[in-house]
Amino acid sequence: MSDAKKKKIEINNLVVKYEDKTALKGISFDVYENEILGVIGPAQSGKTSMLKVINRTIEFIPEAKAEGVVKVDGEDVMKMKNVYELRRKVGMVFPLPVGLPLSIYDNVAFAPRAAGIRNKTDLDELVERCLKQSALWDEVKDRLDSLGTKLSGGQQQRLTIARALSHQPEILCLDEFSIAVDPVTTMRIEDVLKELRSEMTIILVTNLVQQARRLANRTAFIFNGDLIEIDDNDVIFSEKPAQKMTYDYVNGNFG
Amino acid sequence: MGNRKQLEIITESAIEWLIRICGISAILFVFGIFFFVFREGAEFLFGGLDLWQFLTSPEWYPTSVSQKRYGVLALMAGTASVTLLSMAIAVPFGLGAAIYVSEFCGPKAKETFKIVIELLAAIPSVVWGFIGLTLMNELIITLFDAPIGLTVLNGGIILALMSVPIIVSIGEDALKAVPDSYREAAEALGSTRWQMIYRVLLPAAKNGLLAAVLLGVARAVGETMAVLMATGHAVKIPGSVLDSVRTLTATIAAELGEAPVASDHYQVLFIIGILLFTITFAVNLIADLVVKGIKEQ
Amino acid sequence: MSNTTQAMYTETPFVRTKRRYQGLAKYIFMSMTLLMILPLILIVGYLFVKAAPVLSLDFIFTNPIRGMRDGGIWAALLGTIYLVVISLVTSAPIGVLAAVYLNEYAKDNWFTRIINLAVVNLAGVPSIVHALFGLGAFVLFAGMGRSIIAASLTLGIMTLPVIIASTKEALGAVPIAFREACWNVGATRWQTIRSIVLPNSISGILTGIILQVSRAAGETAPIMFTGAVFFKAIPEGDLLAYGIFDQCMALSMHLFTISTQVPNVPTALPYGTAVVLLGTVLLVNAVAIVLRVYLRSRKKW
Repeated sequence: MSDAKKKKIEINNLVVKYEDKTALKGISFDVYENEILGVIGPAQSGKTSMLKVINRTIEFIPEAKAEGVVKVDGEDVMKMKNVYELRRKVGMVFPLPVGLPLSIYDNVAFAPRAAGIRNKTDLDELVERCLKQSALWDEVKDRLDSLGTKLSGGQQQRLTIARALSHQPEILCLDEFSIAVDPVTTMRIEDVLKELRSEMTIILVTNLVQQARRLANRTAFIFNGDLIEIDDNDVIFSEKPAQKMTYDYVNGNFG
Repeated sequence: MGNRKQLEIITESAIEWLIRICGISAILFVFGIFFFVFREGAEFLFGGLDLWQFLTSPEWYPTSVSQKRYGVLALMAGTASVTLLSMAIAVPFGLGAAIYVSEFCGPKAKETFKIVIELLAAIPSVVWGFIGLTLMNELIITLFDAPIGLTVLNGGIILALMSVPIIVSIGEDALKAVPDSYREAAEALGSTRWQMIYRVLLPAAKNGLLAAVLLGVARAVGETMAVLMATGHAVKIPGSVLDSVRTLTATIAAELGEAPVASDHYQVLFIIGILLFTITFAVNLIADLVVKGIKEQ
Repeated sequence: MSNTTQAMYTETPFVRTKRRYQGLAKYIFMSMTLLMILPLILIVGYLFVKAAPVLSLDFIFTNPIRGMRDGGIWAALLGTIYLVVISLVTSAPIGVLAAVYLNEYAKDNWFTRIINLAVVNLAGVPSIVHALFGLGAFVLFAGMGRSIIAASLTLGIMTLPVIIASTKEALGAVPIAFREACWNVGATRWQTIRSIVLPNSISGILTGIILQVSRAAGETAPIMFTGAVFFKAIPEGDLLAYGIFDQCMALSMHLFTISTQVPNVPTALPYGTAVVLLGTVLLVNAVAIVLRVYLRSRKKW
């Protein structure tokens, strides 16, 4: 990656503490525009906390405290006045799929409506595009009125992705999205991500090292709240990453 | 995408303020109740009323021409006797039923019992009072050969029937809160269901059961119409369960209509109200703390 | 403890005693439960039998006559409807919004704990103290006089904590994940509440409110000194017969009056009144229960 690339997210000395433990111990790195950044590391190493700081949903966890600076497009997220705009700029997909107890159509149209879009044709178009992008359209196009919560797990996860895309985010964060999804669906979603790369910046938190290898341009390895290493995939997945620990983790020697 | 209309955003913050105000209103109402009841009785409470005599004298002659006396001891004794008797009946039955419903019933029967208990709780107190006045009155006269059936016994039974639903439903919640693993562990060790209940379940749920009993007590102390109609109207310290009594609540209900506004008598009734408010406040507070105690474990 | 296990080993006397205790315990608890339910059936049955001579549609739709020693209960029934409707119109919105505040907005701090404590204690205030409060605050201080509005507001404050509690329970049943999903796509708290939380808890909220209908209809003490009177003449058949600053009759008060305050009332009359009051209350409760069971069967997740 050349340095000429625009910085989309800048994370500077980010510390996240919960009541009795520290989830992130001061990590710093940048995310460039239109790249897929893989984030790998064992469970409980603070990856999800990092995502929650980016769209400031960390403030809904009363016992969590975040310090340090996270900037999106050069703006400090903690000081942003319009937090809703920030959250629309960042699409989030968490491990467990959540279909809202609304129709499939309304699930996808929820965010645009909340943002003030009321025009029926605009909404129709948007819903169709998002469902197509998340590879769900063909399966549900004839029953957009049925409940989103009644879909299968894999379908609900794609619905969740469609919803994350519905507010036309510039950044898409996925947190171990394949945990509740079968391998075939995982492959389909991975294909979707490859296509979306040209349109947005993607942060792919995953516990599957190979998934990061397949999809990401660069990969960060976080362990126990520390950033061990971040570099191009060529380096991280080579025989000689900068840290021995990275090599061991990537090659399954621990973790 | 910042095309939400300005109006929409203003409406939203107005609604959020409204919600906040409503949330805070609960505090205002509690203070309001205390304040307004206190306000009506304050003048006499601080000027004229002999508080010691008020609490220790059994002589309640608020309308006497020669010498008015305001002693509520007999009324407190009335409340205490009816409450004690009703709890003596309602606590074993209520807890027994809670145990049966929670531990021995199948899901269908459980659902049915809970509905019946809910209906039992819905019967208005004036209907209970009416039953005390008619059915129970006759029953007590016939069974005990008593001159009058409107007695401590009558009020106690009626109040027991009224308090039982509270004790059952809160007691059942407390038992439900005991983890199933306790039950399984005990049964795996070969104890019978009954041994499991009194060795494992009751100790584990004792705080919740205590709270259930306390809320039953609060209900019984505060109940008005039923005891007004079912306990007769004798202001005296009862010697047996077949004596008539009058409770604190019944006194207010019976005399407030006749007492001229702002007279001493009228104010004393409000002071009794403060007394009642304080008693039930304390009981509810203790019950709440007991329940909190369970949650923190 | 099933019968099949018995064949597999011989019972020692100890085990036999143990099992006998278990059976005994079960039957004792069962009879205790039944002993509570029996009165409900007996009482309702007894009231119905005694009330049978007067029960008819006429009884409901005609006014009491001849010093309340004859006739029906129309004026009282209409008064009760007024009191219940006005009290719920005022207390339901406040109660629901207060619950929304406590469940959706309030942070876990000392202030919230005080509000919750206030709600608990409000629920425990005896009904006669509510009556004193209503008299002091609405009738005298606010200058409403003894009127339907004063009595309704008193009833409303009495039902408030229960509405708050049942609404909170209903809101709490909506999974937190739904809220998080909404916040993640940039919806505000209120948008989330309006489009996801309230629509999915409305059935529980309604059930709680309906149950308060029956409670408000049955209460006597809080309205005795704030707006209900022994007798008031109104035209039959006119649903708008009362104004909100009028005093009114009420079913519960009427039952109290004719069973204790008026001599020589034919026996069937108070029984009839009791049956109508009890019937109304139980019917409303039954509706709430049916609604709850029905809505539980078609949950959306």
